[in-house]
Amino acid sequence: METLSYLTEFVLALVLAPLLPGIVRRIKARVGGRTGAPLLQVYRDLWKLLHKGQVLSDSVSPVFRLAPPAVLAASLLALSLVCGVDGGPISFAGDFLLLLGLFSAGRFFLMLAALDTSSSFEGMGASREAAFAALTEIVLMLSLGGGLLAAGDHTATLRALCQGLPHHGTQAATALLAAAFFAAFLAENGRIPVDDPTTHLELTMIHEAMILDHSGPDLAFLEYAGCLKLWALGALTTSIILPTVDNFWLRIVLSVGGAASTALLTGIIESSLARLRMPRVPQLLLGAAGLSLLALFLLVWR
Amino acid sequence: MRDLVDILLLLLVLSDFLLLGTSFFRTSIKLATAQGLLLGLLPLFDHELTARTVVLALGTVAVKALAFPRILHYALRESGERREREPFVGYALSLVLGAVFLGLSFWFSSRLSLPADAGDSFAVPASFFTAATGLFLFISRRQALHQILGYFVLENGIYIFGLAVVPDEPFLVEVGVLLDVLVAVFVMGFVLFHIHRHLETADVSQLSQLREDR
Repeated sequence: METLSYLTEFVLALVLAPLLPGIVRRIKARVGGRTGAPLLQVYRDLWKLLHKGQVLSDSVSPVFRLAPPAVLAASLLALSLVCGVDGGPISFAGDFLLLLGLFSAGRFFLMLAALDTSSSFEGMGASREAAFAALTEIVLMLSLGGGLLAAGDHTATLRALCQGLPHHGTQAATALLAAAFFAAFLAENGRIPVDDPTTHLELTMIHEAMILDHSGPDLAFLEYAGCLKLWALGALTTSIILPTVDNFWLRIVLSVGGAASTALLTGIIESSLARLRMPRVPQLLLGAAGLSLLALFLLVWR
Repeated sequence: MRDLVDILLLLLVLSDFLLLGTSFFRTSIKLATAQGLLLGLLPLFDHELTARTVVLALGTVAVKALAFPRILHYALRESGERREREPFVGYALSLVLGAVFLGLSFWFSSRLSLPADAGDSFAVPASFFTAATGLFLFISRRQALHQILGYFVLENGIYIFGLAVVPDEPFLVEVGVLLDVLVAVFVMGFVLFHIHRHLETADVSQLSQLREDR
């Protein structure tokens, strides 16, 4: 039964993940008074990209071709860790470290590919990504580690975090951790206020600048990997906040609804904020790190 | 109830951090007002609801969230300055030091032997941190207005400590302290007003220039 529920969750995530960017875009369009693209537009884009040929620069090495499958593989693995988080076959001590490690591995290959193109824009994007990711990882580590502490568990599994936090953690500390984690979620997915996924100006891009030279199926892989990452982190956020359920259908509904509601929240944030100036981004991330540190102090104190 | 008090104290700590990081006078005054409101709410949740706590809460709000910002806004209006540009210690460094103070206040309050009911409360470290923030603002800022705010924040920290550790502090003492603060801020507000008027700036490092043998 557990395996079945896990597989259902996983397959649903694979199928529905491209809906999330669609939801975000739709909300932004609606708030801005436009109708917006259909919700299924991302599927069509992916389909179109998969059937296109691709253009490769003369100067790129095989590393460039390696990046899209590597990023997609990292995202798939991350998703497989997060899916069964409320009770599935995969859970082991320190799996939250592996989750962060997978994100870093994907980012590493993407940055290598970006540098490989020897385009100045892509190099700039890679350098920014590295700088901000270093800070985002601090926030993720502190908030996930703090959550484990709050859940009163020392097995260091994501499952303990999701099962324990809603019951044991003090509300004040939990609220702080959730705020910090959400800031890291926005930064990790390249969302406003850290990065603007819809910008057309290369000078202000971070994630988009790194995939400028990818085309065709490669680009489709990267886009899809982005959708999966959004789903994985979104579903994780909600399963940390909400209590664990045992009912099969309820669990499926919560997992899908959780991912959709984080997309909803992201859309609202994206339509109400502007992207921060680059020098302000570290301040935001360090502020989030400060929040989780404060939560840690609170928890240790108790 | 306990969680609610914790959240109020947490907001207080966050407002301390914001105070350390902001350069705009208006924002600082707003933050100080918010602290006044939080301090007014605290006794209502921390102690049982008696006429004494209600009067104390109302008095705190009246002095710290109404009278106080008014005086400072009045003093600020006279000067054209909107923000403090060059404090003695920069804003980013102030924030980092704030985190250090926070750690120190937690450590320090864990070493104190406090009465049992105050021992595990978040109020004691929060009060130490608030007091430390106030002291730090006092010495690290150049503009008189921010120094006054530092004094105010320091007093807030002491107030919370009293609230947490001495639940049966005589009513008269608390009201007396409140009155003292009001008078002190009143005096400082007028001093600030006159400094603005005579020097065109409230940068206290300029005050040495009043010496005649320059």
